[in-house]
Amino acid sequence: MNLHAVKAIYKFEMARTWRTLFQSIATPVMTTSLYFVVFGSAIGSRMMEIDGVSYGAFIVPGLIMLTVLMESVSNGSFGIYMPKFAGTIYELLSAPVGLTETLLGYTGAAATKSVILGLVILATARLFVPFSIEHPFWMIGFLVLTSVTFALLGFLIGIWADSWEKIQIVPMMVVTPLTFLGGSFYSISMLPEVWQKITLFNPVVYLGPTSTSC
Amino acid sequence: MSVLTVSGVSKTYATGYQALKHVDLEIRRGEIFALLGPNGAGKTTLINIVCGIVTASTGTVTADGHDNVRDFRKARAAIGLVPQELTTDMFETVWSTLCFSRGLFGKPPDPAVLEKVLRDLSLWEKKDAKIMTLSGGMKRRVMIAKALAHEPTILFLDEPSAGVDVELRRDMWQMVRNLRENGVTIILTTHYIEEAEEMADRIGVISKGELVVVEEKTALMRKLGKKQLTLSLQNPLAAIPPTLAGLPLELSDEGNTLTYNFDTQAHDTGIAPLLRRLNEAGIEFKDLHTAESSLEEIFVSLVRSTTTKDTKGARL
Repeated sequence: MNLHAVKAIYKFEMARTWRTLFQSIATPVMTTSLYFVVFGSAIGSRMMEIDGVSYGAFIVPGLIMLTVLMESVSNGSFGIYMPKFAGTIYELLSAPVGLTETLLGYTGAAATKSVILGLVILATARLFVPFSIEHPFWMIGFLVLTSVTFALLGFLIGIWADSWEKIQIVPMMVVTPLTFLGGSFYSISMLPEVWQKITLFNPVVYLGPTSTSC
Repeated sequence: MSVLTVSGVSKTYATGYQALKHVDLEIRRGEIFALLGPNGAGKTTLINIVCGIVTASTGTVTADGHDNVRDFRKARAAIGLVPQELTTDMFETVWSTLCFSRGLFGKPPDPAVLEKVLRDLSLWEKKDAKIMTLSGGMKRRVMIAKALAHEPTILFLDEPSAGVDVELRRDMWQMVRNLRENGVTIILTTHYIEEAEEMADRIGVISKGELVVVEEKTALMRKLGKKQLTLSLQNPLAAIPPTLAGLPLELSDEGNTLTYNFDTQAHDTGIAPLLRRLNEAGIEFKDLHTAESSLEEIFVSLVRSTTTKDTKGARL
């Protein structure tokens, strides 16, 4: 394996993250803060506790997941779609790299960015609501696994897409609705029985409660 | 000794279009090889197959002793490619894009090598500039620098001087010669016959996916080269006099110019008898000059002969 190539791709992708630091970090942080202001403070103060935690604290894992899923998919797809779009893909195609190096480099960088974002949002949330993390290692491990999985999904989208619309359609039309309907902002036990059953087909459900229990 | 071997390579695209038809080619170590051909002849397809961007339908490619499919990592590490289009990461600096290229091709970081590459291409002062701020000519040099960042033994230049001004083109030629002196084998494709004529050791002409001819440049020019004697006449002629019939003469410029075609290889060019017979026929001329056909004319005649399906005649 060509480890220098993995490093080169990873560094190159991370350089873009630092270069676009404002969009990369500030925008999700601002969006999350707004969620906390609206749902956590304004509405949340009128809500009961869910599963023994205050509503403000309950939505923290959901909000982190929402951003992490969206960012993993869009970073994963953007990283490989950009060279296709700009034409610089010729270099990757003519380089002594195979699928392994390409995947490690691109999805590694996309997942790293998502993990950083997740942690930044976690820190931001702390400013709005008090909460404690019972299993920090599980939480980090879970965050990393989720980021990598969805960055890989993003990579597939990036390879498949032939326009910017297609890049955006999956995070917007698939990931966001699944996250909202996946019990990120409510406990699925609050739903009528039929909807509970239907909701179990939503893969994001299995990310929500697990992360919630962290 | 050949550094690159292309054997029986064909490419048929999914649309059914056959871009290459059984191409065989051997590139010698340390030479400058020019691949000439009109648009759509298959030059870029051939380069892309060698570099691993396009998969060949049939045939094999060996670069520096490594099969470019079975042992693609080693084969590709030996090759540098400067594509035709100016495609760079506009927001990156020159230095970081070079570091990326070197790493991508499996080499550990080596600032000294990159510095030398940039200095040789007069880009050192621009190393911290973003690529988007550079001129077109500089961007093209950045592309070359990227291709050289991993110290390849084979360098492909696909239309290196497209959109480059005359002065820069001369600099680029000099740079290519310097690279060759350092032991790099260079394969370039070009529209500019002048470029091939100026630089190449050997020339391959590709037309409609077939390699029509591969020949030493000087031998090619000698074999196919024709010379022309042009006479400016004192008094215009209405027609070529019967006494001169049978000679390869042409009358043009309203009877004021007489041209005589002859073969540079022939021992007897026939010029002396021609002049004697002109004298006998009482035709006077005020000026004469001879000219050798350029590579361009040779190229046009080769390509034309393939388009008229007379490929055998063009094969040397």
